[in-house]
Amino acid sequence: MISANLLAIFYLISGILFILALRGLSSPETSRQGNLFGIIGMAIAITVTFLSIDNFSSGFLYVLLFLLIGGSIGAFIAFKIPMTAMPELVAGFHSLVGLAAVFVAISAFISPEVFNLGSAGNIKLASLIEMSIGAAVGAITFSGSIIAFLKLRGLMSGSPITFPGQHILNLLILISIIILTYFLCLNQSPSFFWSLIAISFLVGFLLIIPIGGADMPVVISMLNSYSGWAAAGIGFTLENTALIITGALVGSSGAILSYIMCKGMNRSFFNVILGGFGGTDQTSSKTSKEQKPVKSGNADDAAFLMKNASSVIIVPGYGMAVAQAQHALREMVDSLKKNGVKVSYAIHPVAGRMPGHMNVLLAEANVPYDEVFELEEINNDFANCDVAYVIGANDVTNPVAKTDPQSPIYGMPVLDVEKSKSVLFVKRSLSPGYAGIDNDLFYRDNTLMLFADAKKMTEDIIKNL
Amino acid sequence: MEIDPFIFRLSIFILSIFVGYYVVWSVTPSLHTPLMSVTNAISSVIIVGAIIASLAGTNLSVFNQSSIFGFLAIVLAAINIFGGFLVTQRMLAMYKKKKKDKK
Repeated sequence: MISANLLAIFYLISGILFILALRGLSSPETSRQGNLFGIIGMAIAITVTFLSIDNFSSGFLYVLLFLLIGGSIGAFIAFKIPMTAMPELVAGFHSLVGLAAVFVAISAFISPEVFNLGSAGNIKLASLIEMSIGAAVGAITFSGSIIAFLKLRGLMSGSPITFPGQHILNLLILISIIILTYFLCLNQSPSFFWSLIAISFLVGFLLIIPIGGADMPVVISMLNSYSGWAAAGIGFTLENTALIITGALVGSSGAILSYIMCKGMNRSFFNVILGGFGGTDQTSSKTSKEQKPVKSGNADDAAFLMKNASSVIIVPGYGMAVAQAQHALREMVDSLKKNGVKVSYAIHPVAGRMPGHMNVLLAEANVPYDEVFELEEINNDFANCDVAYVIGANDVTNPVAKTDPQSPIYGMPVLDVEKSKSVLFVKRSLSPGYAGIDNDLFYRDNTLMLFADAKKMTEDIIKNL
Repeated sequence: MEIDPFIFRLSIFILSIFVGYYVVWSVTPSLHTPLMSVTNAISSVIIVGAIIASLAGTNLSVFNQSSIFGFLAIVLAAINIFGGFLVTQRMLAMYKKKKKDKK
């Protein structure tokens, strides 16, 4: 049994180690050490919590048992999961944090005396508000993440689901949460507590269904943020510094990522959250467009162009992840390099389904991270580059975003792919991208369309090199 | 006049938001995916609450209404802790620098 003060100091130490874990991610060299700090911080937090318990009842063995069960499941998932499935894995993990927060809040509500929060039916007001917030945000995180998971996994259609009165319904539910919390504080009736949780589950569900597949980077970051705030809410209830610090860190981390993602799409956060963008109704109006000439080529042409280039920039997108083309892509780049071609990669902030998605896939394929560049770093290089190889990206290369104020994506930062001498665009068909906008790039004189599956085309090019 | 301990916790909370803000802005964009998985893992420090909750039972009955939720939360948080840190480790191990070309 260690004293409460010592306990608090150890929790502070784990909080600091968590800060260092995030700090380590400022560069890949320090990141592995950072992760180790995080693990140590977690080990300290769990160990001192055990030491703080004075009566070692048989319940303790069950704690270890359940810890082991969860740990083995987690370890199993971590080793088995393919890198292309990272977005849904992260969404799934968010849902678990949310649900764990809900469970802890429920437990604290049923037996407040265990946490020194008063007695059942007579919980300290501040604690009650804190645990309601923790439970509500946790529940929203849980159901929202489940929907995000289903959409990313493809078990649910990625297209936005909207119905009339959606926003008004959400607003009414939000108001009812506040009213429920008020009445809960007034008479501490369990039925209010349970309805609060049930309604919060509903909110999470309603909040995510109208958001389309390509907006998932924002959704995942937002749910990341929510899971942090839920943890902080519980941290206040339990008067635990480690949880408060961590909750604040995770909450602000997710918020910053959402901001970066929104900026990458030139859309406001509310615009994304209110959803409905990229519905099918926008595409139908484009069908009347007159047929424009498109140049298409085959793997042989592409190989010829790239072999004789002095510099090539690769622009990967979600299509590369879907086709699992990253390994083939790296092989292609290897043989290009043997021919003395300079190759770099250009990554748009919202390429893929989560922040940094493309970087992880390229790293998996053994692409050195110092060949991979962000939008601002590389955008000027397109003008001096011979070939841009666009694989699985679409809207993020559309020059319309710079020229046509009428376009829904006007103002969105795009990669200046069209400035390179020639553009190789790997795509299955001429269909518009997620935003439902025709890509002007297809009809440029310097664009050669390669109609095929991303992986197959890349492999064919390797054969021709 | 004494200051409510809540105010101290609130101060820690707000300062941590600022720390988080500056630390996360310095994270390189190429590591944003590991950032998400590691924040996932550390937010599962909620397990300390779950452990306390799960010991709400007595020697006679380990499982009561409240401790069961604690045990469930332990399993969920443990999945996240192990899964989150290990998958982050796995990802970070893949980030390699360019080898010096031998020509």
